[in-house]
Amino acid sequence: MEDAVILLVEDNPDDEVLTLRALKKNNIRNDVIVAHDGMEALDYLFGRGKFAERDTRMMPQVILLDLKLPKLDGFDVLRALRSDERTKLLPVVILTSSNEEQDRANGYGLGANSYVRKPVEFGAFIEAVKQLGLYWLILNQIAPVARRK
Amino acid sequence: MSHARQVSITSKLTRMNMLVCATALSLACLGFLSYDLATYRQVTLDNLSIQSQVTGSNSVSALVFDDPVSAQRTLSSLEFAPNILSACIYTPDGKPFATYRRSPNISIPAKLAISPGEKERHWYNHENIFLVHAISFQGKPAGFTYVQSNIQPLIDRVENYLAIAGVMLILSLSLALFLSRIARRSIAEPIQRLANVARRVSKDKEYSTRAEPGREEGELAELVGTFNEMLAQIETRDRSLEAAREKLEEHVEQRTAELSAANKELEAFSYSVSHDLRAPLRSIEGFSLALAEDYDDKLDGEAKSHLSRIRAATTRMGVLIDDLLNLARVTRAELHREPINLSSIASSIAEDLRKANPERQIEFCVQERLETVGDGRLLRVVLENLLGNAWKYTSKHAWARIQFAKKRLNDEEAYFVTDDGAGFDPAFAGRLFGAFQRLHGMDEFPGTGVGLATVQRIIHRHGGRVWAEGAVEKGATFYFTL
Ligand SMILES: Nc1ncnc2c1ncn2[C@@H]1O[C@H](COP(=O)(O)OP(=O)(O)OP(=O)(O)O)[C@@H](O)[C@H]1O
Ligand SMILES: [Mg+2]
Repeated sequence: MEDAVILLVEDNPDDEVLTLRALKKNNIRNDVIVAHDGMEALDYLFGRGKFAERDTRMMPQVILLDLKLPKLDGFDVLRALRSDERTKLLPVVILTSSNEEQDRANGYGLGANSYVRKPVEFGAFIEAVKQLGLYWLILNQIAPVARRK
Repeated sequence: MSHARQVSITSKLTRMNMLVCATALSLACLGFLSYDLATYRQVTLDNLSIQSQVTGSNSVSALVFDDPVSAQRTLSSLEFAPNILSACIYTPDGKPFATYRRSPNISIPAKLAISPGEKERHWYNHENIFLVHAISFQGKPAGFTYVQSNIQPLIDRVENYLAIAGVMLILSLSLALFLSRIARRSIAEPIQRLANVARRVSKDKEYSTRAEPGREEGELAELVGTFNEMLAQIETRDRSLEAAREKLEEHVEQRTAELSAANKELEAFSYSVSHDLRAPLRSIEGFSLALAEDYDDKLDGEAKSHLSRIRAATTRMGVLIDDLLNLARVTRAELHREPINLSSIASSIAEDLRKANPERQIEFCVQERLETVGDGRLLRVVLENLLGNAWKYTSKHAWARIQFAKKRLNDEEAYFVTDDGAGFDPAFAGRLFGAFQRLHGMDEFPGTGVGLATVQRIIHRHGGRVWAEGAVEKGATFYFTL
């Protein structure tokens, strides 16, 4: 499934590099589209703005969503995704620094599929990404529609 | 209720007046009546006695000369005494000698005796009085007279008396009623007025109301005056109380607003710390690792060691930030009080610790059924820290004993966690509970030093106290109350 893309929504360039590195370390070779804020992520998904040419029938295999983002934050993006037929069932993994109870509750409340805290130690992060990749890219690719809301 | 009391004070007054009046009058009437009756009776008796004596002495010669006709004549003169119903002269042996009857159907005893030496005797039945008087001639008994007299006049007199007394009673009771009206106006009404004012005041809480001073004088005027004075005092007190309360409310409102603003700020602060402060650490750690991995062949040993120090410090800072955030969270978290079992919480923590270090030889003693009311989640954090510390600070010993129990100290119940590990210098016992305060070096025992600070905050939020006892290499005991 090399053609299935991953959408990474991340504004911090360091985190972007590190996340890509962690994916590579786990031998996840899918294309990764990076959106640097919430607006851009929605534009990509719905084929608007600079992504107007995009074939929106192709949806990412999984969306890795940061919470603190300029313009629209992660929760806004999640809300928009869950209220649109086309993206309602897309798997969304919240990937964030915070370990705040309220963020976790909000994320799951809005329909996130999983919540991963980015640890300070890169080794631990690689491990977390490995688990994610296993689940969302390998185990879960066969039945992409039957996911919990 | 107050209405009933009002009615009863006036009616009580009236009733009392009437009662006094009636009693006095009745007693007076009774006194007069009995005195009069006694006198009247005595007079009647005396008259009767005189009449029988006169009759007796007029009949002496008739008796002596055995001349009943003349005795009969003497008796018939009694006709002029209307009260005498019958009379009879008896011979000394008790046989009638001459008789007189006012009407023919009156009976006269056929035989009558008088004891020797007795001069006179009388008795009554319900409407007559009877009198017997001895007649003597030259010192010897010559016979005796018997007279029956009607006591109807006496009865009439009693009846008249009672009628007059009744009329007097009615008259004087009416008078008393009238007088008590006046008394009511001057005594009960001012009291009623006062009671009305008091009722109004207590109902409406309107302390500016005053009782009107009436025409009354003396104690009643004083009562009204004092009552008004009291109202004035209450009014001023009420006003100052009101003012104080308003001020207090304002204060509380302001404080609450400040507090919630501070809380919001703290929340926003820790939220942003949680998100933003860790991101650079991740970069430092991640890129140091990338450097070490990607340039492994170009870096010498010292450079690699520097990099690993950078990474260790960064990781540690991450832990510090997390600990700090947890500490702040404990302060902010709402307290959910519920019945909890500290024993089972402690046992489950002990279980976790054992699983994490199965090689250690630790004897864990947890007193059973330590039940209390508190925030289960937060008290679990307390026990995690205390038992975790006990576990950590006994790790240099091959064998150790850790206990969680409750005991009575003076007059409070304290829970405690005790161990026989490294202990600490008691001179610094007070410092243990400050954030980032540690009594052991990082190389000796790892840790950040926020555990006990967290414990203290949680215990304080439950309204309890926490303190420690210990000595170097003699173990440590941590007490807390709830
Ligand atoms: N059971 C104990 N025996 C001896 N010393 C103790 C014990 N518990 C705590 N201390 C002392 O109190 C200090 C503060 O304890 P605290 O739990 O706050 O921090 P810590 O255990 O060092 O770090 P952490 O924040 O990871 O818990 C410790 O550094 C240690 O010196
Ligand atoms: Mg500790």
